[in-house]
Amino acid sequence: MLLISGWQIRAPSNLTRFVLLALLSVSLMLLDARGHHLQKIRAGLTVIFRPIQVIAAIPVRVGAAVIDFIHGDETLRAEAERLRSEQPILLARLQKFEAIEAENAHLRQLLGTSALVAERAVVAELLEVASEPFRRTVVIAKGEKDGLYLGQPVIDAYGIRGQVSEVGVLQSTAILITDPGHAIPVQVNRNGLRAIAFGTGAPDTVSIRYLTASSDIKPDDLLVSSGIGGGFPFGYPVAKVKKIVNDPNESFLDITATPVAQLSHNREVLLIWPAKSVLPAEAKKTAEIKKPVPQSKPVEPKKPAVVPRPAVVEPAKPAESTTP
Amino acid sequence: MSLGHNARRRLIIAASFLVALVLSILPWPVWTEQFRPDWVALVLIYWCMALPTRVGVGTAWSVGLMLDVLYGSMLGENALAKSLIAFLTVRFHLQLRMFPRWQQAVVVLLLVAANNLLMLWIKNLAGQAPSTWSYLTPSIVSMLLWPWLFVILRDIRRHGNVS
Repeated sequence: MLLISGWQIRAPSNLTRFVLLALLSVSLMLLDARGHHLQKIRAGLTVIFRPIQVIAAIPVRVGAAVIDFIHGDETLRAEAERLRSEQPILLARLQKFEAIEAENAHLRQLLGTSALVAERAVVAELLEVASEPFRRTVVIAKGEKDGLYLGQPVIDAYGIRGQVSEVGVLQSTAILITDPGHAIPVQVNRNGLRAIAFGTGAPDTVSIRYLTASSDIKPDDLLVSSGIGGGFPFGYPVAKVKKIVNDPNESFLDITATPVAQLSHNREVLLIWPAKSVLPAEAKKTAEIKKPVPQSKPVEPKKPAVVPRPAVVEPAKPAESTTP
Repeated sequence: MSLGHNARRRLIIAASFLVALVLSILPWPVWTEQFRPDWVALVLIYWCMALPTRVGVGTAWSVGLMLDVLYGSMLGENALAKSLIAFLTVRFHLQLRMFPRWQQAVVVLLLVAANNLLMLWIKNLAGQAPSTWSYLTPSIVSMLLWPWLFVILRDIRRHGNVS
């Protein structure tokens, strides 16, 4: 196969072509993964190949339409009834929530810590296409012009689903918290124990790593986002601890948890724009530049300011806040 | 058909790859995902075996790149894996043609498994490797599908008079 001697003017051999294209692939991968230099090219290609995705989404759309047609008014009426009965309960809860929010803001102001502002949320439709095998991604039918940004939290009615990993012109990709390349800083709701939930690639499991056997964590503990890292806002439910295995040969506990968001029910998601929590130190800085902000108090924060980090956490790297 | 021979061949091959791409991103229930066969690899193996002078590493690379874009994976990941499949298939197409169908299926298993392991390796370097052993189930499903897909594609090729 190899033509070392006798260079002739002829089409390159199979092997030559393979080697050249392999080199090209490797350089593409390096450019894409390391430097993110190919965002524009990828965005363009995504627009070109969008028809394929639209075709692939047709069967599910048609199926849903047929099911709606068969069930007809019955389900719609039942659904409306259910929603009508649910609404007063939710509104009642919201009343209490608003009071608590005001109280919370007041207390935070007294303490001189960051004030949490209400977040903006937008409902986004998902495009029904499958993700790469053993990766967990969804395609969101919203893009740059809707103000999406890299690392934006994606939630649903029950908890955090993932984050935007790629912003295109017409559509974006989000990786779910179960994706093997994803990690999210969490804390145990019961006692504030901090941990990191890593995706595994399995559709309904995240794993909590780097917790020692002495950690106070139990099955059925709710894990909420801790807000550390600045990517996700604080306090959204992430997962429920399913199983804890303490293997004496291992230095850390083997903990699996089930995400609380409905990851496999692909219909709609909520995109949120977390309000930047204004730390007093930052507020002071902005106050110097701009007009004075009333809540900026000259109180030094006890904790160092949270530095926003790149959205996707490298899974191989144990973070500093994992051990209690 | 009023199309020329070359144009018709291109059209049929492109259409078969298009169908494979659509099948690759067609949504199924989540639990079936680990059994999803590698449609693009199967179609690619067939054409590389039947028409090694027409379909080869270059086609494989382009289709792989399209798959990368559709899946949102690293650009070049699937392209590299698919060109490996094409390279090996073209290299051994004469032997492959002589094999009985079941033996071909075993080779398909090996080729798709090589493809999957290469991708797993790349993903591992990028820190996205899944912590599951079911990574090799697609190659087994691909093997089981091969005899049927072979017959379908062969009929399409004969009917369309593609050579």
